[in-house]
Amino acid sequence: MNYINIAIHLALALALPPLALGVINKTKAAVAGRLGPPLLQPYFDLAKLLRKSTVISQTTSWVFLAGPAIGLVTVLLASLFVPLGGHVAPLSFEGDFVLFAYMLGLGRFFTILAALDTGSAFEGMGAAREATFSALAEPALFFGFLVLARASGAYSLTAMLGPTVLATWTAAGAALGAVVVSWFIILLAENSRIPFDDPNTHLELTMIHEVMVLDHSGPPFGMILYGASIKLFLFCALIIGLIAPLGALDPWLAWVAFVGLVLVVAVGIGLVESMMARLRMTQVPALLIASCLVAAFGAVLLVR
Amino acid sequence: MPELVDPILVAVLVLNFRLLGTSRLRTAINASAMQGALIGLLAVVMHGALEPRSTFIGIVAFIAKGLIIPILLNKAMSEAAIRREIEPYISFVTSLVLGAVATAAAVLFADRLPLAPEHVGSLLVPTSLATVLTGFLLMVTRRKAITQVVGYLVLENGIFIMGLCLHDAMPSLVEVGVLLDLVVAIFVIGIVINHINRDFGSLDIARLDTLKE
Amino acid sequence: MMNEVILIVAIVVAGVSGLPGLLTLRDDRSGERLATGLITLAGVLASVAAVSALVAESPDELGRAWHVPGGRFGVHVDALSAMFILQIAVLSVLGAWFGLEYWPQRDHPQNGRKLRVFYGTVTAGMLLLVVARNGVLFLAGWETMALSAFFLLSTEDDKPIVRSSGFFYLLAAHAGTLCLLAMFAVFEVATGTLDLDAWPAALASPLRDAIFVLALCGFGLKAGLMPLHVWLPGAHANAPSHVSALMSGVLIKMGIYGLVRLTAACDAPPLWWGETLIVAGAVSGVLGVAFAIGQHDLKRLLAYHSVENIGIIVMGLGVAVLGRSLGRPELVALGFAGAMLHVWNHGLFKGLLFLSAGSVLHATGTREIDRLGGLLRRMPLTGLAFLVGAVAICGLPPLNGLISELFVYLGLFRTATLNDPTWLAGGLAAPALALIGALAVACFVKVFGVVFLGQPRTPDVSLAHEAGPLMLVPMALLAATCVFIGVGAPLVAPVLDAAVAAWVGTAAAPLPTLGELAPLLPVSAISAVLLVAILLAGAWIVRASRATPPPELGTWDCGYASPSPRMQYTASSFADLIVDLTGWVLRPLSHVPRLDRVFPSDASFHSHVPDIVLDKMLIPAFSIIRRIMTWLHLIQHGKLHIYLLYILGIVIALLFWWRSM
Repeated sequence: MNYINIAIHLALALALPPLALGVINKTKAAVAGRLGPPLLQPYFDLAKLLRKSTVISQTTSWVFLAGPAIGLVTVLLASLFVPLGGHVAPLSFEGDFVLFAYMLGLGRFFTILAALDTGSAFEGMGAAREATFSALAEPALFFGFLVLARASGAYSLTAMLGPTVLATWTAAGAALGAVVVSWFIILLAENSRIPFDDPNTHLELTMIHEVMVLDHSGPPFGMILYGASIKLFLFCALIIGLIAPLGALDPWLAWVAFVGLVLVVAVGIGLVESMMARLRMTQVPALLIASCLVAAFGAVLLVR
Repeated sequence: MPELVDPILVAVLVLNFRLLGTSRLRTAINASAMQGALIGLLAVVMHGALEPRSTFIGIVAFIAKGLIIPILLNKAMSEAAIRREIEPYISFVTSLVLGAVATAAAVLFADRLPLAPEHVGSLLVPTSLATVLTGFLLMVTRRKAITQVVGYLVLENGIFIMGLCLHDAMPSLVEVGVLLDLVVAIFVIGIVINHINRDFGSLDIARLDTLKE
Repeated sequence: MMNEVILIVAIVVAGVSGLPGLLTLRDDRSGERLATGLITLAGVLASVAAVSALVAESPDELGRAWHVPGGRFGVHVDALSAMFILQIAVLSVLGAWFGLEYWPQRDHPQNGRKLRVFYGTVTAGMLLLVVARNGVLFLAGWETMALSAFFLLSTEDDKPIVRSSGFFYLLAAHAGTLCLLAMFAVFEVATGTLDLDAWPAALASPLRDAIFVLALCGFGLKAGLMPLHVWLPGAHANAPSHVSALMSGVLIKMGIYGLVRLTAACDAPPLWWGETLIVAGAVSGVLGVAFAIGQHDLKRLLAYHSVENIGIIVMGLGVAVLGRSLGRPELVALGFAGAMLHVWNHGLFKGLLFLSAGSVLHATGTREIDRLGGLLRRMPLTGLAFLVGAVAICGLPPLNGLISELFVYLGLFRTATLNDPTWLAGGLAAPALALIGALAVACFVKVFGVVFLGQPRTPDVSLAHEAGPLMLVPMALLAATCVFIGVGAPLVAPVLDAAVAAWVGTAAAPLPTLGELAPLLPVSAISAVLLVAILLAGAWIVRASRATPPPELGTWDCGYASPSPRMQYTASSFADLIVDLTGWVLRPLSHVPRLDRVFPSDASFHSHVPDIVLDKMLIPAFSIIRRIMTWLHLIQHGKLHIYLLYILGIVIALLFWWRSM
């Protein structure tokens, strides 16, 4: 247990995510020929929200405030399971991937409940969509875990995304490639990026995540935004674990490389968002099922 | 008195034909009563010395089949106020011919059965088979419910004759029990016939098939 | 010996618990109080017997000769039976206390006493069958349970829907018993005796595949494994709620008990047994939750979730059986511990959910989700209990559902990393379990959100009041147990180890303990931390948002002048996306009104998800059979003399046939 590594891990998980969000926005602006918001804008937004007062609807109950609270707590705890930069995660044991997925599920459960608590049709719509799409995304995530478990023979995230990844790329690269594609699609879906959702507009017809949090304001809204950025960061870390075997590097170099790679992935997300349009709502399940099948195909490839 | 066995059995066979040929109900009932009385007698005379067990069975059979049951049937008949059987499904002549065929078949068949040595060549088993078949014939072809009951009685007579072959093996309780069953059954059937007649206005069993729904 | 004696006393006390009530007047309260007291006594006695059997199992069984042919009164409490006894005891006692306020005699003079009589006998039947060591005794307990459950289900038999669902349950229960009778017949042919000690011999004989298939059908019908689940939704929806809790929590587990006993005795089962169980469990789980999402009747929805959870339990059992086939002790331990813990967990949280659904029904008078809304304000404690049950059933941390699903996941993942071709079963089942969990989240978010949150959709809610203490205390106890198992998993692990050891038998090699195989300490530590963190974060956020008193505003309505509560998302709308996606198996029916004139009158829209196995497979099959059977009418014409001719013909034919032999 290297305490320095744990400290760096926590620091990165707490501090880096809004920067990744800023990079994505800057990339999208650059592709569109605009200057775009400053890189550190998400930090300014969070600070501003902490100062503001909260408006709470009369229709709501304690569940409305529990949603953001539980959402943030679960994402923070989930971040303890993910290995960053090839280092051992602070919490690593057999079966921690299940806990990771289900912790995020708990956050999703209460976020959706908070949306339904407002008694508005818009939030209900967003809640229904979020529930459906994340239900379709879970199996793809687990197919990916299956491939990694078979490839590495271990059942914890640190070991799955550890030294065996490099060997698997040479031995059965196609399988891991399929998992990367599938997980990238899941990243876009779970974090409400284009082509699934448009984080910039606030039209209820196009939104999934944005419309669920329509009624939140002040510090709770800040918690929601912060939690969402950490979730994005965690998924980026998972993908980086798949594509870049940073464990082979010198530890300090690995940290620096990791930060760089997070920003690279953020730029990649920004590029993807700029190049694609949002999908019609009826086509979204098809894409999710496709990602599921791609991951399953990866599992099949690994066996042969 | 073993030499009386054969004449009695022949008399039983003749009564079978009487039953098949008659159209009058009272004749049929009397014929079956006489058959029953003869069978009771048969039970007594079958074993040479007057054995207490067979005598007891014989007397009970005589009273039950020869007296009690005909009285019950006649009472049921008079309350229902019927006299004659209507034309059966196959004509009387055909019934007689079939009865003759059945008797011949019974005699031939009985030769091929693996009987105990004392019964081989005797008329007991053929008579019993022929009586059973006669009873079936009566039940299947006659229209009135009372004639079917008479057919049932004849069937029971045939079975009783077969039972006499096994006399040494069967405890008397069984035979007496069978006779008691018979009496009670006839009693109940008498009541039922009365009710059928009252509710349906006739005892023609062709009308009874509406009960199947 | 003592354990068995105490248990027999418990069985007798439970069985007669309702009978004194019959002697009382219709509106007398003493009958129900006496019944509840006796059931409590029986539950305490049974728990004592079970706990002492877990601590120190008595070596031999209590046996008496019995004049029934093939039967022997043999009773033995081992660790497996003890686990089931504890569950039966807890749920029946809590349900009885709930029933004191939920179904009081003065409100239900017609059927209150009948309910209590059969509640007692169903408990007695279940306790008997989990300790029976002879096939005839087992079937006696089984039939007692099945018939008592029928009478319990049709408590309100003045309603036609209750009568028809009760009758349907009876059909299914007897079809199951028929399969079990056939299985025991094959058992006797294989071993020559009906004593359950001969299971190992039976399962080593060449007839074991037939025994397995018959047992799967018979026990599967009772457990509600798809596609044998058709009786479950109607029965559980139309029964009184504490009866539904007992049935869903305990009764269907008796089917699982049968499968557990069967597979316990087989040391080297064929591979296809484990694979079939895993596949059947996965199918049952996914389809169960898919059908649940489409329901809008609260209790019917919960009943379909029982189908789903039975699927999860059977998956765990399949992993364990597979482990025994392949000789992998870690699979055995993980799979079986997962199955048994899920048996307990499901009993706890499903009981909790049904009891709180009963509280909602009691307060509002309706089970239709779309007529409710905003109940959390009026019934905060019931809502909290339902929320705890919902979080538990979705398998989310920090509650108990996560622990058992974690065991099953670890077992499935270990199966999927084998080099055998059987990895495919585990490999497909693990993502299926993930799908089940995510769909369950979607479903319970829908239920809790539509029933308890938002605004009331119809005036049905206006008279709702919180339940009384007799209804709240059982719910609180169940919720507390869920939290306890979730946070204190290492405390439960030794019990599960004992159960796994009892399942595998004493002759096998020592198994790895659960503490070595599964990360129980880290998980419970994380669950505890999670709970504390949630409470702290909640406190902080409440303080931060109340720092300045918030203005009294309504929800942002995007410019609509006067939004009404009816404009909220309904349960059917919430589920619509998923029901559409799974429409090829769910086949929802909607009645859409045609609006074709300029000034349309009042119209209504209904949508309904029927049970596809019932409506598309069983009922058409029975219609076809009936049409074929009408051809047989030709020989049933009602003519007496022809029937006699049939008899004569058969007698002559028999004579000739015998002659020719």
